[in-house]
Amino acid sequence: MDLGKYGQVVLWSYVAAIGLIAVLIAFSLWQAAKTRRALREVEARQEQING
Amino acid sequence: MSIWDYANPKKFMDASGAVLPWVAALAGLCLIAGIGWGFFFTPDAVNFGATVKIIYLHVPSAMMAINAWVMMLVASLIWLIRRHHVSALAAKAAAPVGLTMTLIALLTGAIWGQPMWGTWWAWDPRLTSFLILTLFYLGYLALWQAVENPDTAADLTSVLCIVGSVFALLSRYAVNFWNQGLHQGASLSLDKKENVSDVYYLPLLICIAGFVLLFVALVLLRTRTEIRARRLAALLLRERMA
Repeated sequence: MDLGKYGQVVLWSYVAAIGLIAVLIAFSLWQAAKTRRALREVEARQEQING
Repeated sequence: MSIWDYANPKKFMDASGAVLPWVAALAGLCLIAGIGWGFFFTPDAVNFGATVKIIYLHVPSAMMAINAWVMMLVASLIWLIRRHHVSALAAKAAAPVGLTMTLIALLTGAIWGQPMWGTWWAWDPRLTSFLILTLFYLGYLALWQAVENPDTAADLTSVLCIVGSVFALLSRYAVNFWNQGLHQGASLSLDKKENVSDVYYLPLLICIAGFVLLFVALVLLRTRTEIRARRLAALLLRERMA
């Protein structure tokens, strides 16, 4: 596939856009997993305390 | 079943948990199909060469940057009028997604503008209103972080969202309001005469569908995280009080 003289322009656009989307998805998933784990721990602790 | 039932966090978590994997999978499919089709199987444009392929990222991200703010505005108004916490949290969850879309639109536009316009940036009405929208996104996120009481933060950010909506609208209609500057008119319109050439039209529509679905999936995921974080904070507070 030949992108001609604008090859770098097109590729940099795709790298920038897909990179930003990948970072957003990874950060959202990491935040979701971290919060879910912390909530489970606290709920389990409170269940033990309350019997 | 009314839409207001989903203001109940438990019902929202149940419904969003069931829908989220499907929306995410459909978003992935549309993005792979649309971007793959556009990048590999559409011809170069006569006047723009291969840079026309940037349209598949630039147009959908710019649309979503504006529509994300509109969604935040609706959620903020629901919070201000009906005091549903889920709507305030959904607005908060959408902001980083909208900011990312705005950055993608600005970056891809600048990378395209350099060879086509001979400059990375111009103080053109649409570009300038988009830059201001980016600053509003940053301010909105900073305000959520700066205010400790979540209800007060929701109130203040809702007001900021209403003010910022002026720039979201300006970003959309700047080309029509001021008939000057470098940026061209809309690539897509309900009036078929104004649309891009047919060969780019369908892959672009699929890319737009992919970006919309990606936005919905990320907002659902992030709203669920916000609801869990709110419950976590409440449980930790209860522990400290005991």
